[in-house]
Amino acid sequence: MSLYGEAIPVNVITGFLGSGKTTLLQGLLAAPDLRDCAVLVNELGEVGLDHQLLDHVAESTLLLENGCLCCAMRGDLQGALRDLFDRRERGELPPFRRVVIETSGLADPVPIAFTILSEPVIQHHFRLSNIVATIDAVNWAAQSARHPQWAKQAAVADRLVVTKTDLAEAGALAGLDAELARLNAAAPRLSADSARLDPDALLRDDGHDPAARLAEAGRLAAHQAPLAETARHGHGESIHSFALVHDGPLDWTAFGVWMTMLLHRHGDRVLRIKGLLNVAGETSPVLINGVQHIVHPPRHLAAWPDDSRASRIVFITDGLEEARLRASLATFNALTAPATPHAMPAQPAL
Amino acid sequence: MCSLCGVLGGRGHWTESAANPDAFPERATGVPRRAERQARARLCQPILRHHGLTLAEWGGQAYILKSATGRTELVDNLSELWAAAERLTGRPCDPLDEDLLASLARTADR
Repeated sequence: MSLYGEAIPVNVITGFLGSGKTTLLQGLLAAPDLRDCAVLVNELGEVGLDHQLLDHVAESTLLLENGCLCCAMRGDLQGALRDLFDRRERGELPPFRRVVIETSGLADPVPIAFTILSEPVIQHHFRLSNIVATIDAVNWAAQSARHPQWAKQAAVADRLVVTKTDLAEAGALAGLDAELARLNAAAPRLSADSARLDPDALLRDDGHDPAARLAEAGRLAAHQAPLAETARHGHGESIHSFALVHDGPLDWTAFGVWMTMLLHRHGDRVLRIKGLLNVAGETSPVLINGVQHIVHPPRHLAAWPDDSRASRIVFITDGLEEARLRASLATFNALTAPATPHAMPAQPAL
Repeated sequence: MCSLCGVLGGRGHWTESAANPDAFPERATGVPRRAERQARARLCQPILRHHGLTLAEWGGQAYILKSATGRTELVDNLSELWAAAERLTGRPCDPLDEDLLASLARTADR
């Protein structure tokens, strides 16, 4: 909870042009439990949204001093979220309990995440719940070949919703599944055509909820082995995911030094990190979650999801190698290791 | 709220366990915030020494980064530190740099 009461969760729905973002949103808003959402739409498409709290925002980006594109503040969103909150506080809007932002089809979702997590006022009243990406099962191959934004949207998502599966050929679906596993192995892949697409699983099931955290940890734990590195060329084809596994406890201070330095130098190539950490001095694991240069506050998990006590960090990177990252982290972590005792005689067992 | 600019203060940095006590129930109660900040500055020394820089914790609020020629920058957190270090030295701070890693490995072996 923030100093100003419970922070309002914000979901970002992204996806390429024509991939079914608005249709998905329309279906979700029909769910009784999600009727108290405010919706911000970045572009008004052909599918009409009939919702009581619908606002349209024009796209404008304020580039911050450091010049990094992922750390750009979305000025339109900043104004829209502040305005929504002010009107809610004044009683001009019903007390909505969630905000859903539908991005434009070509938008980079990362500056939106940065704005919610970093804007001085917004970060006290709102929290980033998750990023959902819709993926067009029919046109994905052509879109991914021509537009690097397609891979970026899929790589930074927490949930992938595959649309038009009933229209796609089996071969295209299998190819898409393999492509999404390469780009973002840790994100659950759901079918929009399923009659039982659960709004809870999609929007509410985020790291804020302890039960959802455990499910997230289970997914991370499942990615213990580094995925095969594949040599590819073309838009988004050097993007791949792998799990960095570190045995033994990590010193939290050393980890913070290492990760901030890595994100400073290579943040534009680290699209996503999600990790389950064995932190020295803590019995239970700590979850971390980051998008490019932006890292969410760490979260505590009540229990380990399996018998392993290794730290497991799933990286989605553009061209970084797992072995180099693993060796670097181990070197930084060793800076805090106690000096090896020299010539200490073995103590007899009592 | 910052008295100079009137902007609401941000949350503590994600690397600070004291700013995220829910995530570190055991560590947050056992390690005072100031001690953690001093430990962080100490841990950065061998990395910054490789770049000819030193770091000191300053009043529980910031860190002072100094170059060998006496140029100084004040930084709030680790995310600001590396950009400031690069400004002072004109060299990239890269945790994957083999020379840096070899230097750190020697430090850890001592």
